[in-house]
Amino acid sequence: MNILVCIKQVPDMEASFVPNRGGTWFDETALSFRMNDYDEFAIEAAVRIKEQLGGTPEVTALSIGPGRVVEVIRKAMAMGCDRGVHLRDEEAASLDPWQIASMISGYASTGGFDLIFTGMQSVDRGSAQVGVLVAERLAIACVTTAVGFSYMAGRATVERELEGGAKVVVSCALPLLVTCQLGLNTPRYPTLPGILRAKKKEIVELSPGQAGMEKPLTRVSGFSHHVSRPSGVVLEGRLDELAGRVAAVLREKRDAIRRGGVR
Amino acid sequence: MKVLLVAEYRQGRLAESTSELLGFADALGGDVSMALVGSPDQLPGFDGRLHFADAGIYGEYDSELHKRLLLQAVEAETPDLIVFMHSSYGWDLAPRISAALGVALLSGVAGMDGDGFTTRCCNGKMRRTVTAMTSPAVLTLLPGAFPSVQPEGVSPELHPMAASGVPVVEFIRYEPPSTGGIDLTRSDVIVCAGRGVGSREKVGLVRALADALGGEVGATRPVVDAGWLEHGRQIGSTGQSVSPGLYVACGVSGAIQHLAGMKGSGFVIALNTDRDAPIVEVADLLVVADLEEFLPLLTAKLGS
Repeated sequence: MNILVCIKQVPDMEASFVPNRGGTWFDETALSFRMNDYDEFAIEAAVRIKEQLGGTPEVTALSIGPGRVVEVIRKAMAMGCDRGVHLRDEEAASLDPWQIASMISGYASTGGFDLIFTGMQSVDRGSAQVGVLVAERLAIACVTTAVGFSYMAGRATVERELEGGAKVVVSCALPLLVTCQLGLNTPRYPTLPGILRAKKKEIVELSPGQAGMEKPLTRVSGFSHHVSRPSGVVLEGRLDELAGRVAAVLREKRDAIRRGGVR
Repeated sequence: MKVLLVAEYRQGRLAESTSELLGFADALGGDVSMALVGSPDQLPGFDGRLHFADAGIYGEYDSELHKRLLLQAVEAETPDLIVFMHSSYGWDLAPRISAALGVALLSGVAGMDGDGFTTRCCNGKMRRTVTAMTSPAVLTLLPGAFPSVQPEGVSPELHPMAASGVPVVEFIRYEPPSTGGIDLTRSDVIVCAGRGVGSREKVGLVRALADALGGEVGATRPVVDAGWLEHGRQIGSTGQSVSPGLYVACGVSGAIQHLAGMKGSGFVIALNTDRDAPIVEVADLLVVADLEEFLPLLTAKLGS
């Protein structure tokens, strides 16, 4: 069995973002990067199947981006992936989902993958479309937003998350692409032996052209702060003073509710 | 501009978000049609062409079948825009339509900007303007971003859609939300913990404030996913939708998915160090303070 996991390196979302010179995405200079949260669940799902099947499946971790993304490929390998593929593009941040999907499907069409795992979306762009586009381009089945996954005898059973916390359980034969929601499993931390082993594992580097990158279908003409304007009163200052004022407001509102005055 | 809206139906119900699709179409203007795999007993109040297939015949959502049905509506309408909600249905199906037609998909549209559309990114802190370079183009709309429009006393003109085929993905069953018996929908006072609370240990400070107010503790999705609070306390589009008289948001950034679950609240107080967080847009009172220091002071004042 061959398994592919698609991972992305993203900035820490707590950071302050500054538009780049072209005004199309953020400037990377002051940012620190890490693995997209959703992708950790994708890696864990893949490695668990490898373990379930006695280590026979080969798990490939693929990432697109500049040189720095090798860090997340190494982390994926430290978590148990066998090999890495780096689709190297220094300008990857300017690509649209269609182009990203064209490269992943271009690469995957040569690999004979039975299972492909992706994050449900990336935390920075959040388009939630690359996984499904890849599956459609490969003409394989796809189940999105997985919060439960099990595999047995050529079939996968997947729990999809729906609105309001409901779920739907579906079953599907391989080949299959699954997009992973947060909470699908508990991603493992890389161990020291895992990290050491990862250093010896192979990472194949390919160019966008070699992976069959297509032309974009969208154009970005603006990237700016979403200005959140306070709609009400803003209080700040000495905390003990503030606490007294806020406590008074809370008490007043709560008592009004209890009297049935508000609502 | 010709717009084809794709409405949703599941487990015997037409999605309420249908009104947001109509709100978007209203804001955009133009010739509007709709497609729905649903029930003839629950047709949307909509004055226009409805490309319709009966879910009683086609069964539960099957991506391949719905894709084929929708492509018929697209062929009949030749729309400029094909518009879904950014929902578990929309983000599953919209990319399949985009791939089948080889056209652009703009996900999570929250507004319009010239000939493009704005989307949120980077935790809602940033916005992008994206323009499709194809026609048609496919959009998914961020829930809560467009006003609800519910025309009354009108009914659609039905145009049947039909398709056949064996499902690739087999439906097994639905599972209801597991709230662990926690029902926040009846609470008058909710104190909600967001990621800004900082750690699992500090959630206790939020609980103490809730206790002092006689209210319930709620949580955002990141807090639940981190295991700081149980799933049954999650508020938002994938959790419970609440409408308390008093809502205290502690370290809640205010992702649109969260706001969708608490927009019916009466008085909203946000306690936050980040005055740029989207939560401030819905807060009646924003208190700029470090939670670890401020919450114990506030709880103590309430007790005295």
